[in-house]
Amino acid sequence: MSIFSRIVERLFSLAAAGSALLTIAVFLLLLYLALPLFEQGGFWALIRSPWDPGAGLYGIYPMLIGSLSIAFLALLIGFPLSLGGAFFITCFAPLFLRRHLLNLVRLLTGVPTVVYSFAALFLLVPFLREHLTGGSGLNILGAALMLAVLIAPTMIIFFVDALRRVPSGYLQAVTALGGSPGQGLVYIALPLAWPGILNGLLLGLGRAMGDTMISLMIAGNAVALPGSMMDSARTLTAHIALVIAADVSSLEFQSIFACGILLYLFTALLVLMVRLLGKFPKRSPG
Amino acid sequence: MNRFGELLLALFSWCCTLLLTATVGILMLFLLRRGLPAFDAALFFGDTPPLAALLLSKPVFDGLFPALFGTLALVLLAIACAVPVGLAAGIYLAEYAAPAPKRLLNLFFDVLAGIPSIVIGLAGFALAIVLHRTFSGRIGHCLLLSALSLAFLVLPYLIRSTQNALEAIDPVTRRTALALGASKLQNILYVLLPNRLADLTGGVILAVGRCAEDTAVIMLTGVVASAGIPNSLLRQYEALPFYIYYISSQYSGPEELQRGFAAALVLLSLCVALFLLAFFIQRRLKERLLYR
Repeated sequence: MSIFSRIVERLFSLAAAGSALLTIAVFLLLLYLALPLFEQGGFWALIRSPWDPGAGLYGIYPMLIGSLSIAFLALLIGFPLSLGGAFFITCFAPLFLRRHLLNLVRLLTGVPTVVYSFAALFLLVPFLREHLTGGSGLNILGAALMLAVLIAPTMIIFFVDALRRVPSGYLQAVTALGGSPGQGLVYIALPLAWPGILNGLLLGLGRAMGDTMISLMIAGNAVALPGSMMDSARTLTAHIALVIAADVSSLEFQSIFACGILLYLFTALLVLMVRLLGKFPKRSPG
Repeated sequence: MNRFGELLLALFSWCCTLLLTATVGILMLFLLRRGLPAFDAALFFGDTPPLAALLLSKPVFDGLFPALFGTLALVLLAIACAVPVGLAAGIYLAEYAAPAPKRLLNLFFDVLAGIPSIVIGLAGFALAIVLHRTFSGRIGHCLLLSALSLAFLVLPYLIRSTQNALEAIDPVTRRTALALGASKLQNILYVLLPNRLADLTGGVILAVGRCAEDTAVIMLTGVVASAGIPNSLLRQYEALPFYIYYISSQYSGPEELQRGFAAALVLLSLCVALFLLAFFIQRRLKERLLYR
């Protein structure tokens, strides 16, 4: 083997290992800057206490709840929508529409989030303010609605992929037995495709938790613990974006690294769950 | 499931699809209606003559030009950093890695792909703090830091698209050159990569789109509302997505707001154009390879 190819191959492996190490380095960097919090034993207290700078409390509990409630509400709205969309593309749509619809959905995954939030801020928010929720119109409901629209294309692509991977012979057998396409979908395709669907759901949750611009611009960023979905709330991601200007050594500032660590761990947990899902034994239709 | 249930299911999927497309359609029409009237040379160049602005001989004060320039510089830098590393890592994963390390690396890249962009931005920000503590010099928030963070953000997508492209090559194509006596590296460089050029290019263009649209990363690593054209990599800069965000919170009058709508339209068309480009390159090259 020539020296040239040896060098190039070494470079390939270095690139792979380096990228993987960077993934760990990011976590270590966040941990290093959050270290003062650990030393004071304040990390867990920080996660559980409220945000009240006047009383010296810089807890991120309200942001955690804000993030979780917005993400899960978005999923609650977005999941049925995406499932319906995926059913439509795989089963009910006229044949000539299916491919174009899927391409449109792919296109929608590329729409910038800041564009969505900008449009929603001047269209959805005034609507909510005047007709539905009152107040400023900046609340959990609006953010969750927009997030649902944002994550739906990603979920639809995963759902369609999962449904299409069901062997076509099974569905042809349904047709041969006199079953309708809808019956094939509900009794054969759906039970076989559920790991893929759960996979898409988890990734949708990850996107919803990790999104910054929509919650920053539409959720209102109030630091109080939200009581209902008409309340405005601040998410972990928005908190990072908002506090960045504070003094570097303050406790207020260090709280954003706690947010970063929480988001990182949440992501890793989701990925591990998706992994475990992949190991799930494939059930044959019985 | 009886006929009624089936009908209900079909109705449900029709409604979901219509609702989704209608929502997105309404939002886009709204943007078009509010943004289109603002499109003219002044939108991009303000009061400066366009030619002088393009040649960078005169600064542009209230136009989108500095933001567009910043986004362009940012994307070029980030892609120039990310593409070599992403391609190399993807090739390693697809062609060289043994099963056990491959599983581990896959896990890492899945985590990396899932990390929210604001956390990547925070890491870039943290890096700047650490560098500042160690060298206490002029290393801080700047174009270079943003570009590096963005490169890191799109790295997993590039790795994945390269890996998937290479792994989809059929065994006959894969073995022909090897059987003729080519080395493994020759096979990769002269057969496998050219064979998948369309997919690789498509992946890179989609990564460009992601770099151009991301706001959270650059917000934390050096973008500012007005900086003009940066004259070095270590300067702060303007960028289109941040301009849109800034206008949404700080606009002073209807005219400025309309410029925000126009900027959103520009960014949207940029991303759509990039997507369509990737789409057609992938399809066009595929057809050519098929019918040759």
